[in-house]
Amino acid sequence: MRETEFAIVGAGPAGLSAAIEAARAGVQVTLIDENEKPGGQLFKQIHKFFGSKEHYAGVRGIDIGYQLLDEVEKCGAEVMLNSVVWGIFENLDLGIIQNGKRNLHLQPKKVLLATGAVENALAFPGWTLAGVMGAGAIQTLVNVHRVLPGKRILMVGSGNVGLIVSYQLLQAGAEVVALVEAAPRIGGYAVHASKVARRGVPILVSTTVKEALGKETVEQAVLVSLDENWKPIPGSERTLDVDVICLACGLSPLAELAWMAGVDFTYIPQFGGWMPLHNENMETTRSGLYIAGDLAGIEEASTAIEEGRLAGVAAAESLGYLSPAAAEEQKTVIRKRLNQLREGPFGEARKEIKEQLAFGGGKWRY
Amino acid sequence: MALLKNGYLSQDELQKLPGVPTPERLAKGPVVVIECAQEIPCNPCETACAKGAIHIGENIIELPVLEEEKCSGCALCVAACPGQAIFVVDATYSETEGTVTLPYEYLPLPQKGDLVDGLNRAGEAVCTARVLRVVNPEKYDHTAVITIAVPKALIMEVRSLRRKQSEV
Repeated sequence: MRETEFAIVGAGPAGLSAAIEAARAGVQVTLIDENEKPGGQLFKQIHKFFGSKEHYAGVRGIDIGYQLLDEVEKCGAEVMLNSVVWGIFENLDLGIIQNGKRNLHLQPKKVLLATGAVENALAFPGWTLAGVMGAGAIQTLVNVHRVLPGKRILMVGSGNVGLIVSYQLLQAGAEVVALVEAAPRIGGYAVHASKVARRGVPILVSTTVKEALGKETVEQAVLVSLDENWKPIPGSERTLDVDVICLACGLSPLAELAWMAGVDFTYIPQFGGWMPLHNENMETTRSGLYIAGDLAGIEEASTAIEEGRLAGVAAAESLGYLSPAAAEEQKTVIRKRLNQLREGPFGEARKEIKEQLAFGGGKWRY
Repeated sequence: MALLKNGYLSQDELQKLPGVPTPERLAKGPVVVIECAQEIPCNPCETACAKGAIHIGENIIELPVLEEEKCSGCALCVAACPGQAIFVVDATYSETEGTVTLPYEYLPLPQKGDLVDGLNRAGEAVCTARVLRVVNPEKYDHTAVITIAVPKALIMEVRSLRRKQSEV
């Protein structure tokens, strides 16, 4: 059995950042990802990020990805690609399949799960037709492989993902025929909405897709208006000619390994549903097992980076590479940046919940 | 709020923002219009401004406040805004025309001298606009900053452009 001090599962923004912090402190780090390239979703994010300078504001996600990869390389963390972690066991030991063939048994002292999220689906008649796709798949096709999945797109969902992917589809030359949102108001940042609105994309709130029509692929979408109780209004149906229906209906923490590890979970709608309980060091109810990024509640890539750093510093401290005082100093700076990202109407609720999780009276009450 | 229903600011909503210049300042020449209406954690506009004309402060969710007398309309903040919510308008360009300077990330870029459709916040073509300047240095990181001439009455309306269909 191979050994390592700190195994990180998932080389997205959270995993990369944790690897950098821990390796810089001197920890032996093994960063594992099932994909052939590290970076997670960052390399699909061709738009400029928000925040302040310390949060890489104004830098495109793809370039943040390159920066983090560069730092990982310099700090000497081992990066294990094409490697699927299929199990986590009694002593935090990991079962890994490499390149679809070789089985590897890895014994780390500490583990960070930074497995990210999975997209929520939306079921409606016709949803299995070719052309009904998740926003993540469309982002991969358009931004990574430079292939347009269609020419006339219906976007479903007005969170930041739906708004940003609509903009990127416009940039790639597609027509976004409409963007529908079941809620009575736009969910994501208004500035993202304004970018697509000024290109003539109609944003229709209190509206959803009722049905997709077509023989083998999507040819039409039937829209329906919703009343204040989210019930379809009879007679409000109208049909649009589209060849792609893009679903951007939110994300849920990708938690299989965390479930398998037997940690305690909690259900928090604002964070995308079931997620592992964790304290202010990103440690779960199982000692030595940390989480960060979307697995610790759906947020932005910028918050994932900070949570990853926090977990990396905490792991380094618990392995004896950082004194409690030195670790606390670093954690204070990181937590300040995290809190900045959770200010304002979009982040406040998340900030409060995270604080309750970490400090809420009883150790694990929520 | 119209912004949260159809995705763009109404003139009423616009006038209430602390980043929008007064009519008196508009009449004096180039100045930024910061169409940022939500408290989101973001401050690159403040960092980009060499004149100290944009104030957000320590708490980065605060809306940007324009100190209009300090703004020279240099447009450094236009490409820096990740939300593409900052424009520069010049009401003094000529007797009949004003200019709008806007962020633009669609290829191919229009060229100086091109006639394009001027689009309002809802994406409707409201005029023919003339491209005066296309600035796209490495520093702007692929956000071109384009200045167009539009009928003077439309400088607070036009917020994007589209190359004429026949040219596409």
